[in-house]
Amino acid sequence: MKRLLTLVFALFIASTAALAVDSATEAALAADPVAEKRLQKLSEELRCLVCQNQTIADSNAELAQDLRREVRTMIKDGKTDKEIVDFMVTRYGDFVLYRPPVKGITLLLWGGPVALMLLGLFILQRYLRRRTTRINAEDQPLSADEASRADALLKENTPK
Amino acid sequence: MNRYYWILGAFAALVALLAIGLNLNPRDVPSPLVGKPAPAFNLNVLAKPETTLGPKDMQGKVWLLNVWASWCVSCRQEHPVLVEFSKKVNVPLIGLNYKEVRGDGGFDMSKMAADEEKKLAFERANKWLADHGDPYTLTVMDLDGRVGIDYGVYGVPETYVIDKAGLIRMKHTGPITPEVLGKKIMPLLAELNK
Repeated sequence: MKRLLTLVFALFIASTAALAVDSATEAALAADPVAEKRLQKLSEELRCLVCQNQTIADSNAELAQDLRREVRTMIKDGKTDKEIVDFMVTRYGDFVLYRPPVKGITLLLWGGPVALMLLGLFILQRYLRRRTTRINAEDQPLSADEASRADALLKENTPK
Repeated sequence: MNRYYWILGAFAALVALLAIGLNLNPRDVPSPLVGKPAPAFNLNVLAKPETTLGPKDMQGKVWLLNVWASWCVSCRQEHPVLVEFSKKVNVPLIGLNYKEVRGDGGFDMSKMAADEEKKLAFERANKWLADHGDPYTLTVMDLDGRVGIDYGVYGVPETYVIDKAGLIRMKHTGPITPEVLGKKIMPLLAELNK
């Protein structure tokens, strides 16, 4: 166990070191830590269209590098975050956003999980209700006929 | 028994959903630029580097803008289709050479001066067109890919159909196949040129 923990810890250190080196090369381009922080934050909101499941902060694709450069230039020019995001959306569409806006076409995306959960709850409730009625129906006291049969069976088994 | 039909039905629905979903092309991202004016640019022409060309020079014409580069493998695949197109159809086909040198990946750009990159890009683009045939009315050079960003380029080759008013009417991402040309591009060109 101890060995495993050491290994996990070593891997963690190694991965953070690798990340540090990666961003260090880019940080050299922009010495301003505030701008760099904004760049980092914005890049994490924007999807790289080449490797579609990565943000432009994570991706090392050419396009992601170009887009980071573009964002950096816009930050330097004093553009607001909204202006920068709009710049990307007018070129690449809502797909570039990791959190797409709620509107007609994305309604299923946002509402789908909630709708599925409600459907699930509805089915569960219906099932439970039916089950209760079934159990209640079976849970009647024995009729006179059943009682006498049960008695007879019990007597048979009683040791003499 | 009834319950098993339910499960079977749900399974069939899931299969249908996956069959449709997995057959969609995730690269086919709808471009927000369709219906909008073609973004302006003013880039050097490959054949005559001292001259420039931009969308406003094409006003009044229906034209195609095809993004290509010599390092782009899929461009090689679509190239014969474009060559054939240029022989048969009288619609201007403008090439946008996208990041000819820095997109290649084989060069250390931090060690290359701007005019050196420019010279190399023109050489490489010219050689490629000499080797494979030149279907383009003109090709303009987007050395740093800045115009590519304005056009939302993310996977070369890409092709835009631009109408007489300068609006983008269609964008195709990926190589143009004879099928795409015949079924999508040609009918649109005919309609726009009416």
